[in-house]
Amino acid sequence: MKGKLMTGNVAAASGAMLARVDYIPAYPITPQTEIIETIADWVREGKMDSRFTQLESEHSMLTAAGAASLAGARVFTATSSQGMLYTIEMLYNVAGWRAPMLLVNVSRGVAAPIVLEPDHNDVLAARDSGFLQFHSETCQEVTDLVLMAYRVAEDKRVMLPAIVNLDGFYLSFTREPVILPEQKLVDRFLPPYEPVGPLRASTPVSRGSSVFEGFLYSYFRYNEHAAALKAKEVFNEAAQEFEGLFGRSYGPVEGYMLDDADYVLVMSNSFTALGRQAVRRMRERGVKAGLLKILMVRPFPAEEIAALLRGRKVVGVFDQNLAPGSGGIFYPEIAAALYHVRGRPGAILPIVGALGGKQITSAEMASVFEEMMAIDREGKIPKPMFLMRKDELGRVKKMVSIAEGKA
Amino acid sequence: MMSTTTRFKTLKDMPTRDYLSPGNTLCAGCGGILAVRIFHKVLGPNVAWVNAAGCMTVTMSYPLSPLKSNWLYTAFASAPAGAQGVRDALDVLIAKGKLSATEDLKVVVVTGDGAAYDIGLQATAGALDRHLDFYYLCYDNEAYGNTGFQVSSSTPFGSATKTTPATVAYPLGNTARKKDLFEVWRSMRAPYVATLSNSHGVDFLRKVEKGMRVKGPKMYIALAACPTGWGFDSRESVEVEKLAVATGSWPLREAVDGVVRHTVIPRTLTPVREYLKTQERFRHLFEPAEKVDAIAVIQQSINAYWKEAGAREGFEVKVPTGTA
Repeated sequence: MKGKLMTGNVAAASGAMLARVDYIPAYPITPQTEIIETIADWVREGKMDSRFTQLESEHSMLTAAGAASLAGARVFTATSSQGMLYTIEMLYNVAGWRAPMLLVNVSRGVAAPIVLEPDHNDVLAARDSGFLQFHSETCQEVTDLVLMAYRVAEDKRVMLPAIVNLDGFYLSFTREPVILPEQKLVDRFLPPYEPVGPLRASTPVSRGSSVFEGFLYSYFRYNEHAAALKAKEVFNEAAQEFEGLFGRSYGPVEGYMLDDADYVLVMSNSFTALGRQAVRRMRERGVKAGLLKILMVRPFPAEEIAALLRGRKVVGVFDQNLAPGSGGIFYPEIAAALYHVRGRPGAILPIVGALGGKQITSAEMASVFEEMMAIDREGKIPKPMFLMRKDELGRVKKMVSIAEGKA
Repeated sequence: MMSTTTRFKTLKDMPTRDYLSPGNTLCAGCGGILAVRIFHKVLGPNVAWVNAAGCMTVTMSYPLSPLKSNWLYTAFASAPAGAQGVRDALDVLIAKGKLSATEDLKVVVVTGDGAAYDIGLQATAGALDRHLDFYYLCYDNEAYGNTGFQVSSSTPFGSATKTTPATVAYPLGNTARKKDLFEVWRSMRAPYVATLSNSHGVDFLRKVEKGMRVKGPKMYIALAACPTGWGFDSRESVEVEKLAVATGSWPLREAVDGVVRHTVIPRTLTPVREYLKTQERFRHLFEPAEKVDAIAVIQQSINAYWKEAGAREGFEVKVPTGTA
């Protein structure tokens, strides 16, 4: 079966259409806008039996989304970058409401300074919100993960909202072949949403009630955590059924050339493709290189990561994000996952790169693997790598001197 | 043209059925919860209240609720967007045949003035632009009451609050003028806007009834006398509101498709001084010596308001002299 060429944005919209969503509250932001434009068009053309409402901010958009989910609608929405940051208060609320809506985030670096191309500080700002997070490498994954995300989020054992992430530009505006699942099969995979205790005339409910006792608050918070952890098992069950119906298989993590790998790079999202290419090149040079892709970011698949990274000589964690004053965001999570593992890797190298969509050359990727090998060979303590090439630094210097009026 | 028939002729027509059980955690004499109670009586049982942070939030405390209807707390800034989500969801589910129309709800945003006048104004503007079919009930106690009485853009000139205390250097407390939210909402083309006072029950009931015949945003601002914030005995709540109306400082008015009409005209205004001196928040205007000039400023602005309103609508109000 051959796929149809489409952008990551259209792949996301297609997922929403296949999921037969009831309601799309929306707000434009680059590079996400194509998603809501596509859906608005489909709704107005009568191709989608849904209600589309454009709100006046992302904060309101998320409020409307969560509220509609509590009223019993299957809800889809999308944002990016500053929009994601603007929703943050509501992300925590909607997760606390246990409203299983879906938010697609099209990653874009956050201001200041303003930038359009991707890194993951936007979506990782939602890391602790209670939203499940699934990150995609390809346009096909975007469509598939939208369907998977609804299936997991709406499961009665979970009942949490979810984010599907795709990189701005690299996926959002890049056409790739996508096999759209057959509607009949999707309907079998994803039955209609059944809300728990929706707002109704016959059976009124109170939602979002206040809680003034720490023990009661702790109870609800632990409950949210337990549901998020449960989502992994539910995801795996759903993935099995998904594979049976559609022939594509997904796991919380994905290994690439891992069998005998000594040097393993951990990556996520679309830049993983560059990592795969680098692994192949290192293999050609006789280096036992491998890659681990993280697809499920929340719940964090610590056991799967530990199982696949134990016994490796050196692991490199490629963070396409920056926590100023700390480093990369994934690094400490992966280090924590490995700490108690017998035969844990000898060293973990932190790498920060591709911020704001900075391009990464194959030489840069090779330098990462060479550093991992040097750490192993010389037994040294890894020092964080912040990727920036000499030619780029030269261009920076030139622009700085223009800005300072010296050129 | 809106129907003018009403089932509310006298206070005896106040519906006896309550949808708010007696006993809740709000302060004794709270004008806000009284307004919610009366509002609910007119709307009937099938309501979804959508709330922003404030005093009402605190009374819906798990596992209890005094309400016999639906409740959703959203966030400080975005209750109208929550109403949008609930309204859209019910509409689309009913349209798709996934939900019986008998399950439909009246969607009512309920917030204090902090949310309505300040942090949530943008979300309200959005709901008005989209002509959302909902009710907005703002219980206006003219400050951030739930956090202990800090100034909001609804706080009147001359009121002391915790963040605008009256001191030697700042003898008047708050010197900003109260925002006219009625006019703000009207300018955003709300088809129905009204002010309410718990002291004028029939006027209150009729306005809610009138709004129920309107499709689109139905916007209400209810004066909510606040014993703890304003500083008066809790049993005086309704009397204080009555004085607010009698002095003309709380005009009872409505706007139908933008056309303003005053529904209660105080033919002879009681001097505002009488209202001010009932409350601790204005105490500095009388002590250590009466600040005659400041009180005159307040009186003059009330006089000017009623002169202008009277000229526009063709009535006359006898006003006290500016020097009280």
